[in-house]
Amino acid sequence: MNIQPKTNMKLPTYRSMKKQRMAKLVIQYAIMTFLAVIFLFPLIWMLVSSLKSDVQIFKDMKSIHVFIPPLYDSVTAYFSNYMLALERVDLLRYTGNSLIYTCGIILFGLIVNSMAGYALARMDFPLKNFWMAVIIATIIIPAESIFLPLYVLVHNFGWVNTYTGLIVPFIANAFMIFLFRQFFIGFPKELEEAARIDGCTPIGIFFRIIIPLSKPVFATVAIFTFVNHWNDFLWPLVVANDESMRTIQIGLQYFFAQQPVRWGQVMAALTIATVPMLAIFVFLQRYYVEGLTHTGSKN
Amino acid sequence: MIKNLKRTLSTQKWREGLSGYLFFLPALILLSLFLLYPMAMAFYYSFTDFYLLTPQKKGFIGLENFTYAFSDNEFRTAFKNTVYFVVLVVPLQTAVGLGLALLVNKKLRFTIFYRTAYFSPVVMSLVVVSILWTFLYNPNEGFFNQVLESLGFAKQPFLTSPNQAMNSIIAMSVWQGAGFQMLIFLAGLQTIPGVLYEAASIDGANAWQKFKNVTLPGLKNVSIFIIITITIAAFKLLIQPMIMTQGGPLGSTRSLVYYTYQVGFAYRDVGYASALAVLFTVIVLIISLTQRKLLTEDRG
Repeated sequence: MNIQPKTNMKLPTYRSMKKQRMAKLVIQYAIMTFLAVIFLFPLIWMLVSSLKSDVQIFKDMKSIHVFIPPLYDSVTAYFSNYMLALERVDLLRYTGNSLIYTCGIILFGLIVNSMAGYALARMDFPLKNFWMAVIIATIIIPAESIFLPLYVLVHNFGWVNTYTGLIVPFIANAFMIFLFRQFFIGFPKELEEAARIDGCTPIGIFFRIIIPLSKPVFATVAIFTFVNHWNDFLWPLVVANDESMRTIQIGLQYFFAQQPVRWGQVMAALTIATVPMLAIFVFLQRYYVEGLTHTGSKN
Repeated sequence: MIKNLKRTLSTQKWREGLSGYLFFLPALILLSLFLLYPMAMAFYYSFTDFYLLTPQKKGFIGLENFTYAFSDNEFRTAFKNTVYFVVLVVPLQTAVGLGLALLVNKKLRFTIFYRTAYFSPVVMSLVVVSILWTFLYNPNEGFFNQVLESLGFAKQPFLTSPNQAMNSIIAMSVWQGAGFQMLIFLAGLQTIPGVLYEAASIDGANAWQKFKNVTLPGLKNVSIFIIITITIAAFKLLIQPMIMTQGGPLGSTRSLVYYTYQVGFAYRDVGYASALAVLFTVIVLIISLTQRKLLTEDRG
């Protein structure tokens, strides 16, 4: 009989606790969803507006229609902005230039930087520690502080408005060398020793044993490089001033500055510029996040 | 016999040194030519009156470029604008990034969706984002003014007003980069052992006390890393003002890098632009060294 009031007292507190927890959860989801709308809104607005006429874009701005794609009878109507934008400026060429630029840097960069990283991690050569210090020091130098003398140099080489001028200066990258070195240092030595005993040369070891076993770090460096250079602005702006050599970011800037501004067409152009990055993140996100986690927590 | 062995050993060592250099040389040549040499040249040009169209005629003028910088009102404004941008963007973006990370760190349903949503602005380039937000900020038909109007507030000039332009750019920049910082904070949160939170709970700590005494100290290194990264990135401010305001109105959004670009390519004054670039490098260097000092202090 004595126990009864006690349980009676306990039950409501447990219930109210549960209620409180539910309320907290609802509030948390409400906040998260509100923020998700804020963060996603411009992206969705861009995609949806690229399908609408300019008049429609302005009209829909005042209502929930801002998020809703229009309803057309024919499929081609959806792409009219894209067609018109492509007629006005050669967005495909700019996208192609960007792809050549970024992929060129990735391809040569992976080879050059991984070899340098491997040499610093595993090989013994004179002044190695000195060069390591140089690499670490050069990580700090921002591209913004050297773009003028670099332009003068590239100009003297006759590389202005060429892919060479866009790509070659950025193949070697101190930070990527450092990333590779950190990875190779943690690599088990036994495999290399076994290969050496079997008479494999250092070059053979690197290309036949190390590279096939290091796909994750290569993927991470490739994605980092892609993201960095796809968004590059200052260097392509100064070195590729000819219209046919523009990268997509520079092309967008010129298109946006062209009068009269057609909003729907600009939205279509922005979408075209975003698709490759979107594809990278959708398919290769894992490597990006892993690499980020690694550098973030190690630094 | 021993002599022979020694000889083969030394040739082997020599060979290893050679292949080491063989591996390292391509990167070394490229870095020297396209990074170290231009850096040295920037330093050298900063003491000359190098004019882009007459590269043969550059003369040594000592510290004139630097003394001119300190009396140059446009440079002073650009420096002030950049510092203002940095001082606001760094704490705001760090706080928003941390807040987002804490929100999505709990084991709840759909957190993957929310993380992706907050990260989505990072996927768009700064150029794309800047153009989009120029539309959103449009003083007549822009989205923000439509919302303000429908809520009964007065329309705002945003990018067209010297008082609001930089703040508008700051708001956009915080929004654009916070998702990136969130990811790094999330990685940092995962390194804090759950035992610490359990211990704090047993001691009767409330949510705020747990955050203050467990979460924040656990995130110290990650926070330093993030703050320094944002600070350096913020000092490089260029794309947003170039696209959204062209440095205006009345020079209120012209940044250090933007001004350097204009001096170098619009006025073609390579000497003076190099001096500005050297000053910029010194700033970045000081920030980086501060980071290194803070992190090693923590370890030691």
